[in-house]
Amino acid sequence: MKISKLNLFARQLSAVSWKNIKIYYSESPVLIFGVLFPFCLFFAFALGRDLGFLELLPGLLGITFFFAGSAVGPFITPWETRTGTLERLMALPMPRWIMVIGDVLAGFFFSLFLGVIIILFARVFLGVKVISFTLLVLTTIIASLLFAGLGSAFAALPTDKPSNVMMLANSIRLPVIFISGIFVPLAELPFWGRILSYISPVTYAVEMLRAAYAGNNYLSPLVAGAILTGFMIVIIGGAVLFHRYTLTRRI
Amino acid sequence: MEHAIKINNLHKKFGDIKAVNGIDFTVQKGEIFGFLGPNGAGKTTTARMITGVLNPDRGDIDLAGYNLHKNFVEARLRIGVVPEAANAYQELTALENIKFMARMYGLSGKDINEKAKELLKKLGLEDRMNDRVKGYSKGMTQRVILGMALINDPEILFLDEPTRGLDVQSTRIMHEIIQDLNEKGSTIFLTTHNIQEANQLCHRVAVINKGKIAAIDTPESLKDTFKDLQTVELCLKDGDYPLPEACEYISQATREGNKMRYYTGNPDRAVKELINKIEDRKIVGLNILEPDLEDVFVELTGGELTNEN
Repeated sequence: MKISKLNLFARQLSAVSWKNIKIYYSESPVLIFGVLFPFCLFFAFALGRDLGFLELLPGLLGITFFFAGSAVGPFITPWETRTGTLERLMALPMPRWIMVIGDVLAGFFFSLFLGVIIILFARVFLGVKVISFTLLVLTTIIASLLFAGLGSAFAALPTDKPSNVMMLANSIRLPVIFISGIFVPLAELPFWGRILSYISPVTYAVEMLRAAYAGNNYLSPLVAGAILTGFMIVIIGGAVLFHRYTLTRRI
Repeated sequence: MEHAIKINNLHKKFGDIKAVNGIDFTVQKGEIFGFLGPNGAGKTTTARMITGVLNPDRGDIDLAGYNLHKNFVEARLRIGVVPEAANAYQELTALENIKFMARMYGLSGKDINEKAKELLKKLGLEDRMNDRVKGYSKGMTQRVILGMALINDPEILFLDEPTRGLDVQSTRIMHEIIQDLNEKGSTIFLTTHNIQEANQLCHRVAVINKGKIAAIDTPESLKDTFKDLQTVELCLKDGDYPLPEACEYISQATREGNKMRYYTGNPDRAVKELINKIEDRKIVGLNILEPDLEDVFVELTGGELTNEN
């Protein structure tokens, strides 16, 4: 059988993503942390506040990308270690990074799917208009990839118990949400709060979404976009490296 | 004859423990090669290194003419693997599992469906191919796992304990499939602790012990090498057996139920000696047994009858 490596790797990448989508999207931890959690968090913040949906929408999208993107990855590798399917994957003619990127893509599509539903709902039912469609698309793609990469990076923890990874993921995700200035614009945060929020990649995603929707962004979309892209490269690269180090320790 | 697998000076350490300590061997094309060893001897670690799951600390591995380290894609495209604790994806159907694996080997869309169905038919799973694997018996799941390893028509098939936990019927089916594949030209590397399986299926076997190859040959030659392990099996009505210490031609004896097994290098003399000792007591049974592969295995891996190697 003659096949170029590029073609082979592309087929493998799509097969790994397809397998992950088919198997893991319906798992309850993915649905709880990827769908239920961001919406509950959103309503906990939004209810009782005198804010319009346009002001809340970037925050809702930000936490959706964050939680949905990072919900799938933590489940896959520990589960496959436990069920014995990981060793077979490791014996296949593919580089290890394809396994990781395939997991990232599963998280990416999950985040993208939920994000698009919210965007369409806001447009069709609430009449929310977009100032910059390009910025919205770019943010959706970069943020979904970045947070899917984060989920996959969590899964590098060499354990066969998904609950261990979920615990690690939540111990990082929850504080990140609280320092990200999601529902309070950066301009209204105290100085120390603003400094703290710059640590979180969610801040930059929400800033870009504010620029795309309402134009009430504090940071320049170019700066926020560059930082968000930097986060994406570092986190996905880190996930690949972590997995390369820990994969053989799992078997 | 061409080599299917060539292993040179393979080493692997886990902490201070040398799991594999300088292994060399070759497997010829078209051979069923058994890899035997007791638990913890290093057989699964060796199999994992040969299939590229683990990286060796040192040593070279050639598969189907490709160096595994330098050309890992080309080498692994030519192999199929059933790992020790392998599993199919329980939430997918048998057909989906096989098709997933086909895509991983780069097969194109139009061929996949037909080939996967054909394979499942051969494995006797055509009626259940669209059912999720989680509803399958252990034997059926093992056949799906084997199918996943066969979809790329591998030149070399690695099977790590393929019949562990299977019932007699499923084991027989698995053996038939292995022999059929071999007859069609596949080289089979069979890691097992089941001596009878190795004896029945393998053209050659290697015995690994404490990370080193203790012996490598055909089962018949190995048995021939250990002629001293011939036994005389005696069953007396009164159960009062002669002691081995009292016999010149008997090295050792073990009690097995109501019988006694006497180990000897000269069974004819041993039988005469035993009959003299028994005198006129009632003999229920007396058999001379050739060494079997299990005796050889015990001898090589430091069982009760061991002579230092």
